[in-house]
Amino acid sequence: MSKLTFARAINAGLRKSLENDPKVVLMGEDIGSLGGVFRVTDGLQKDFGKHRVIDSPLAESGIIGTAVGLAYRGYRPVCEIQFDGFIYPAFDQIVSQVAKMHYRTQGRVKMPITIRVPFGGGIGSPEHHSESPEAYFTHTSGLRVVAVSNPQDAYTMIQQAIASDDPVLYFEPKRRYHDKGDVDETFSLSEALPLDKAAVVSAGSDVTLIAYGPLVKTARDAAMAAADEGISVEVIDLRSLAPVDYPVVEASVRKTGRLVITHEAAQSGGLGAEIAASITERCFHYLESAPVRITGFDVPYPYSKLEMHHLPDLDRILDGVDRALGRPNSLSGLEG
Amino acid sequence: MLTDQAGKGVHRDTPGPGHSAQIPLRTGGDLLQLVSPEGERISHPEFDIWVKDIGDEHLCSLYEDMTVIRRIDAEATALQRQGELALWPPLLGQEAAQIGSSRSLRDDDFVFPSYRESGVAYVRGAHLSEIARVWRGNASYGWDPLRINLATPQIIIGSQSLHATGYAMGVQLDGANTAVLAYFGDGATSEGDVNEAMVFAASYQAPVVFFCQNNHWAISEPVRVQSHVQLADRPTGFGIPSMRVDGNDVLAVMAATRVALDRARKGGGPTFIEAVTYRMGPHTTADDPTRYRDPIELEDWAAKDPILRLRKLLQAKGLLTDDVEARVKSKADAVAAELRSSCIDMPDPQPLDVFNHVYSTPNSWIERQKDHYSRYLNSFGQPVEEGAL
Ligand SMILES: Cc1ncc(C[n+]2csc(CCOP(=O)(O)OP(=O)(O)O)c2C)c(N)n1
Repeated sequence: MSKLTFARAINAGLRKSLENDPKVVLMGEDIGSLGGVFRVTDGLQKDFGKHRVIDSPLAESGIIGTAVGLAYRGYRPVCEIQFDGFIYPAFDQIVSQVAKMHYRTQGRVKMPITIRVPFGGGIGSPEHHSESPEAYFTHTSGLRVVAVSNPQDAYTMIQQAIASDDPVLYFEPKRRYHDKGDVDETFSLSEALPLDKAAVVSAGSDVTLIAYGPLVKTARDAAMAAADEGISVEVIDLRSLAPVDYPVVEASVRKTGRLVITHEAAQSGGLGAEIAASITERCFHYLESAPVRITGFDVPYPYSKLEMHHLPDLDRILDGVDRALGRPNSLSGLEG
Repeated sequence: MLTDQAGKGVHRDTPGPGHSAQIPLRTGGDLLQLVSPEGERISHPEFDIWVKDIGDEHLCSLYEDMTVIRRIDAEATALQRQGELALWPPLLGQEAAQIGSSRSLRDDDFVFPSYRESGVAYVRGAHLSEIARVWRGNASYGWDPLRINLATPQIIIGSQSLHATGYAMGVQLDGANTAVLAYFGDGATSEGDVNEAMVFAASYQAPVVFFCQNNHWAISEPVRVQSHVQLADRPTGFGIPSMRVDGNDVLAVMAATRVALDRARKGGGPTFIEAVTYRMGPHTTADDPTRYRDPIELEDWAAKDPILRLRKLLQAKGLLTDDVEARVKSKADAVAAELRSSCIDMPDPQPLDVFNHVYSTPNSWIERQKDHYSRYLNSFGQPVEEGAL
């Protein structure tokens, strides 16, 4: 067991994958001598060479489009998109090509491509550096979408993503890159929780609180604060955003009868909407109140001086928990 | 007399042969230089005519502008280090490229920059607080683009090259004689957008100038990762003529830009300029160039410093008097002080500003979220005001 930062944990996972499978290649802007702008690939080019860790031209469509060709040829490309907001030039390759190739060829051609995306806000960056674009991709069939929330998962899930024969978008919460946690590097992938499973990270009986990526920590903090007031919150780390592990969510909601979902992405058309609808369909008779969403607003990600208002924080989540429980809250007395 | 705000509007009409057929356009190849690194004026049969109007005063004002923007850059870097700016993209070393090109523009020309063109913003007449505002995190835009004909900083690499081309197509549809200039870096030439911009510009012969500052690095990636030929050789494949100029030679940059703008105005179509320069600082204040850059390379380029070169020229001409030096210094100091105070005194935006201007007409989704958030803030007993942005 070692204590690693989030960034080092992903680095260690990438290193393992590069060692274990000669078909794994890394591609991305600045991932070589610089080690990526967040240093996630630090030292890998030095140890594995320029053919395995490829500093690519500054062209996102090019990075993903050539990964498609590499995958055709039997490689397992791991692409780094430098920041969430720079994925859009590659959007067409991801949704029209990467996602559909397996279906289109009826399974003959696989696209074992991993696309690493630092995502989310909270680091005071200029525009296009703090986006949460996951819903665009969860809306596209054929892609697996995951978001990691702690160094251990970051370490195992990157290896699972690379080993997956499906394309995986692997979202890394950039504001947590420097957080440290225990990582068991001896962990065998076969023992690890599968890539598409959610995890109950703290058990509770009054409200189910769903989070993923950067907000899992915030959700846990909120659960601890709620516990001080005698409210028992069950926190679920979704981990897999597509497909969602509904059995775990359902079991929790049947127990608690109340659901709060939080994400940084805008509310409309977001993952929270999908989960609220699906759980309402599946557990309508168990629900004691309408599902509550605590999310970013339906606005472009704001400039950094205002981002703390946009991002769900502990207090906004607790306010949502109060709403789910019918306790006094900021919207008390309002209808709808 | 030194000009005040960068001599804007002083030289509205570009000199030159006045006939587009005679415009010298070379493809790639040798570097256009009108001043050597030692500060000697190199005469050039085709290009001299394009800078023949630049007399002593004008040269001194170019020197002033370059010195001032270097000072802006240093002050902004210091402000970032002191936590007053969230980030800053330095332009150290690119002063001749930015001043030479932007001082060639007319007020009615339209410019689409990347994020590094603070020197251009200064010349176009952006206020210092407007230049600081984006980097402080107080707004997503700095200046009113339509007031100074300068689009807001562009973070997405290369996007603005398409916007510039579209604007130029609009100019063409209007039958106007405005020219459009797009700035981007060497790295940007790899993006689809820049290549598609060249396709459109060539197809419609749009009056656009692509001004590529080849500062040799795209964050940590040297220009050879982006291209195996000289950047100026690429546009010719799209049917766009190009010039390769010494980007640290302000006179050469002016001559080339004037040629290209004139060509655009006279219906000659797009031109690509590769200004060969060097980014002497980090990519942004968040970057650490020691991880990827050889210090020897930096030393080589420091010897070609654009301001030093102009100083030598001015010295040789006997223009660098104590009086001029003192005036330039005091101007730079005053600008830096104004940048600092306007940055520090800038009021913070208000919480509910988050919801403003998403759409130009009311939107019930957002109104509801705004109402709920204001109730939420009120539940803490905070008075909630709207800002004036
Ligand atoms: C679409 C996109 N991809 C990646 C980035 C991240 N990024 C910001 S600046 C930069 C390098 C740009 O290099 P260049 O075009 O040469 O301009 P310079 O910064 O050197 O002026 C990169 C990769 C971005 N802003 N936009």
